[in-house]
Amino acid sequence: MSGLPPTQSLPPDVVLSVRDLSIDFTMHDYILHAVRQVSFDLRRGETLCLVGESGSGKSVTARSLMGLVERPGRLVGGSILLREGDGAVDVATLDPKSRAIRAIRGKRIGLVFQEPMSSLSPVHTIGFQIGQAVRLHSGLSKDEARERTIELLRQVEISNPAAMVDRYAFEFSGGMRQRAMIAMALAGNPEILIADEPTTALDVTTQAEILDLVRRLQVEKGMSMLLITHDLGVVAETADTVAVMRYGKVVETGGVDAIFHAPQHPYTRQLLAATVKLERGARTVAPAGEPVLSVSNLSKVYSTEGSFFGRKPFSLKAVDDVSFDLHAGENLGIVGESGSGKTTIGKLLMRVIEPTAGSISYRGADGAMREVTTLDAGGLAAFRRDVRFVFQDPFGSLNPRMTVREIIADPLVVSGLGQDRKQVQARVAELMTMVGLDPKGMERYPHAFSGGQRQRIGIARALALDPRVIIADEATSALDVSIRSQVLDLLLELQQRLSLSFVFISHDISVIRYFCDRVAVMHRGKIVEIGPAAEICSAPREPYTQSLISAVPSPDPRHKRMLNRRRFVAPVPA
Amino acid sequence: MAGYILRRILYMIPTLFGMSLISFLIIELPPGDYLTSLLATMSDSGQTIDPAQVELLKSIYGLDQPFYVQYFKWIWGILSRGDFGYSFEWNQPVSKLIWERMGSTLLISILSLVFVWVVSFPIGLYSAVKRHSIGDHVFTLIGFLGLAIPNFILALVLMYVAFAWLGQSVGGLYSPEFADAPWSWDKFVDLLAHLWIPIIIIGSSGTAALIRILRANLTDELNKPYVLTARAKGLPEHEVVLIYPVRIALNPFVSALGWVLPHLVSGVTIVAIVLNLPTAGPLLFRALVSQDMYLAGSFILLLSALTLVGMLVSDVLLALLDPRIRLG
Amino acid sequence: MSVSDTTALPLAEESGPAITPLRKGTDPMATAAAGPWRLVARKLVRQKLAMAAGAMIVLLYLVALFCEVIAPGLPETSRAQYTFAPPQRLGLFVNKPDGTSTFQLHVKGYRTEIDKVALRRTFVVDETRIVPVGFFVKGPAYTLWGLIPMDTHLIGPLRPSDPMYLLGTDRLGRDLFSRLIYGTRVSMSIGLIGVSLSLMLGVVLGALAGFYGGWVDMLIGRLVEVVSAMPTIPLWLGLAAAIPVTWSPLQVYFVITIIVSLLAWTSLAREVRGRFLALRNEDFVTAARLDGSRERRLIFRHILPSLTSHILAVVTLAIPTMIVAETSLSFLGIGLKPPVVSWGVLLQDAQNVRTVATAPWLLFWPAAAVVLAVLSFNFFGDGLRDAADPYHG
Repeated sequence: MSGLPPTQSLPPDVVLSVRDLSIDFTMHDYILHAVRQVSFDLRRGETLCLVGESGSGKSVTARSLMGLVERPGRLVGGSILLREGDGAVDVATLDPKSRAIRAIRGKRIGLVFQEPMSSLSPVHTIGFQIGQAVRLHSGLSKDEARERTIELLRQVEISNPAAMVDRYAFEFSGGMRQRAMIAMALAGNPEILIADEPTTALDVTTQAEILDLVRRLQVEKGMSMLLITHDLGVVAETADTVAVMRYGKVVETGGVDAIFHAPQHPYTRQLLAATVKLERGARTVAPAGEPVLSVSNLSKVYSTEGSFFGRKPFSLKAVDDVSFDLHAGENLGIVGESGSGKTTIGKLLMRVIEPTAGSISYRGADGAMREVTTLDAGGLAAFRRDVRFVFQDPFGSLNPRMTVREIIADPLVVSGLGQDRKQVQARVAELMTMVGLDPKGMERYPHAFSGGQRQRIGIARALALDPRVIIADEATSALDVSIRSQVLDLLLELQQRLSLSFVFISHDISVIRYFCDRVAVMHRGKIVEIGPAAEICSAPREPYTQSLISAVPSPDPRHKRMLNRRRFVAPVPA
Repeated sequence: MAGYILRRILYMIPTLFGMSLISFLIIELPPGDYLTSLLATMSDSGQTIDPAQVELLKSIYGLDQPFYVQYFKWIWGILSRGDFGYSFEWNQPVSKLIWERMGSTLLISILSLVFVWVVSFPIGLYSAVKRHSIGDHVFTLIGFLGLAIPNFILALVLMYVAFAWLGQSVGGLYSPEFADAPWSWDKFVDLLAHLWIPIIIIGSSGTAALIRILRANLTDELNKPYVLTARAKGLPEHEVVLIYPVRIALNPFVSALGWVLPHLVSGVTIVAIVLNLPTAGPLLFRALVSQDMYLAGSFILLLSALTLVGMLVSDVLLALLDPRIRLG
Repeated sequence: MSVSDTTALPLAEESGPAITPLRKGTDPMATAAAGPWRLVARKLVRQKLAMAAGAMIVLLYLVALFCEVIAPGLPETSRAQYTFAPPQRLGLFVNKPDGTSTFQLHVKGYRTEIDKVALRRTFVVDETRIVPVGFFVKGPAYTLWGLIPMDTHLIGPLRPSDPMYLLGTDRLGRDLFSRLIYGTRVSMSIGLIGVSLSLMLGVVLGALAGFYGGWVDMLIGRLVEVVSAMPTIPLWLGLAAAIPVTWSPLQVYFVITIIVSLLAWTSLAREVRGRFLALRNEDFVTAARLDGSRERRLIFRHILPSLTSHILAVVTLAIPTMIVAETSLSFLGIGLKPPVVSWGVLLQDAQNVRTVATAPWLLFWPAAAVVLAVLSFNFFGDGLRDAADPYHG
């Protein structure tokens, strides 16, 4: 990499300049142009956010900066100029196996991935994996490298680093794993840190801590950061400059304030509108019908007995003494972080799993209350006709070997309503129109539909039997933000037309705030606070809720929320 | 770790019990009572056997009693006295006949296993890293052939080739002059000179299978995000591959021991019959054909137990290799 | 890859990822409307080797089905004057006395030579004797499938008394080619029947385990574990050796089939059970349960359709094991016995290395038949397995 052509000089404050970058993926019978003529500059000490929805090419772009585009991807044009003294080296021209590019990886540019569990080797200790990066770029001895690794772990705020250095990834929590990943990325003292959706797999409070940490380290070490995210809230909280990507193109670049307050491109505007919309509630009148579902003192304990040979007895209270009512016409949100027990509640309500203790009673259309936990097979079938479930995963919840017509008609057929083929077809068409799908697609298989469309199919299936209550478990979590708000609006509209009640389970506070009348906040299996959504989301009383709400990034760079957030220190369980 | 091993060993007991039951069931299958038919054939041919000895055998092994009594007497004899029963054909206790044969079976099985590992590891590694290269295709083809050619056919072909082109007969473990000689360096060398043919024959299909397994696993592992992490550190490609994915793809490779060993033991049995090796195979075969029940049943039981030990070893090795099993 | 949402707000620009089709007229999104079996078939057709193997399997079963017609002679016809006759080559043209050559399918006859060293009479192909050969010729009479009396043979000498031994003869002077063709029927059918038995056994026991759960599941699980841990060949030997010598060939055939399938069902059962349990936890199965589907509908309408292509692949890969098992047992003399002809029975003749040295074709052709069959099933099964899941990879 000798001889730096004079044309490849960079403006003084730019450390990395991407020009007309294009990357193609050659598939079996077509070429996907994943990245098309992408250009941006990364300045010294600044944070540049690449924001876009799934399939926008943002991750591939980030990886190409380190020569990490994997087959069948191929760099087909453009340059990636990385500052080298007064000149620059074009990373795009380097052989991805060359020594030159290896000297850039880890040493000049560090990389943090989305999924810290799979990004770490399961059979090597954390210390080994970080220490390897340390030694690679420093020439330290083994013992010195170990010292430095412990120091790095301390810097990323892992407590007791001297002991943790010898642990394996599966012994770490999600947040700790991501801290370890960051420590590894910092091992070579890089000038540029690329973080590819670093907090997407994490809970919102952990996300806030990781973003804090990254920000602090960035300032301390004077690094430039390229942050890849789909979350406009994270962008507003962290970015100096923003590049919005869509279908492989950068549609708009600008300062964070300009992007949020004077967006030019229609796509940016649409994206922003979809995000900002969720900043307030959509529900104005809180209905006060009679309770349709009443849950009292519900518990679910998972336990295994200890065995004779060193297996320890194990007991986990997934749901711990939970009580709440769902009123007719109401949207009740259940919000909590991973492991809080919210998904278990959804399954208990449907009796997919049996509760350990407590009761669930349901008021049928005839006005009589029935105890759900003791229903016989016939009663349970009737209950499940009235109370329907919408799944999180739009891909796993539809049978790939059935057509959309068969999927939506399945509950009709099973309950004996689907005798007449013509009638079924008419009903399926009606349901598809109701959820905003073209009935002409009913003979297709699910894989022909996008995530949002599949979620609509799932909703149509739930509506097939004229239900009264719908339990939605993270129903919008797998969707891109613009699709997410469309699906939420669809559900709200259906609720009006069909007088439904919802139990809406989610980790996403903005979705809950938008959709729900009341919210129950869960933490470690217990409901810590329950009340009107507007109240809980703006003025929570409990310290845990306060920390949760204040950790949610705000999609407005003029009102950053996370920096002033409250922290919650969990009391040590007795 | 000790608790884990103890658990695995205890877990083996019911399996071993099931195996002994099946072994005994098989030797009980042919209709009639061995002793009676044996006595009949012997008296036909003019031989005599001491009636007192017959009565003794009947009482020890419960030969005139129901199936389950015979089974428990057999098992009890094995557990309490190491007595595997009596071979009527050889007219001596089974335990005198089996151990040497089991020893050579074990030797050949283990050597074949080593052969399988040593050959399949580098080839599997090469095939996975250089996927779709000419070398990969060649190895894949050879692998398919190795899987497709039954052991005994390969043995026949090699025997024919050696006979027709080299003018020498392949078979046995020793040249005639060493067969009954005491152990010496020359005898050892002679043994090695004979061993490689059965080992290659027996190991061929296992090698082919392991190459495919390693290639498939390693290909999966090479696409895992942690490989990208290792590359992003700036590690040279060979270190990326050797330190991370290969290390992890080693686990299924080691656990393959559990099912490769039964496979090899099977292979030793039939190849030994073709090549006339002094292992369990030919004696078992002969015992089965002549319905020498205790000898046959003991061989089946011991060969099964051998594979069980292989599984235990593979479990322990796997736990040593994989912290998720060791600590989880 | 996702198709753009039809419901998305109208945008001035693109509505989907940028794509260039590589082949004209193919729409990369065309898979969108195809059903699962069409996707499996499409993936399978792409694998040329698997398709060739599939064609070979079809061919082998056709041979098995019409072996009486295809074989030039009967398997048991022995002619002592042609003991260990070497294979002949099929020629296309014969030279006429006037020096021109004319098209005439033929083989060359034999003459005897005395080997002065071994003091033995051997046959050599006599280049001067022409035996004209034709298609669909009259030959020895037979009844097709035991029903239709016929005497037409796909290929054979024009004069039935002429010797035509394309693959040579054995020590009784029987035509190896005819015997190999007849053996195809026995060996290939054992694979098919054996695998059906295995599958039935595996599915029944797997279903029992799944349905009753608890100690039944545990017991069957243990049984699978025990049987799969035992080395198969000693077990096969033990079971086969117990067959009384007095049994008829047909009885032996069925018992051998049962023995062969007895040990192969465990891997099938394990595979089916594992996939079954994995599918049971899929969201779409839970969804069907919540839709009101009872256990039976859940299994037959929702789980099994996703399993069938996998089961088909596993079954295809299990057939060669059966074929090899039968071959091994018959080879050792405790499986099928003459007069039944199978590839394993043919290989019995190759047990003695001196016989093989005299007549290598006795080893080569039956062995080649076994390897060809096993390879074809392996290649086809592999292709099927790769194509079995149309939604991944």
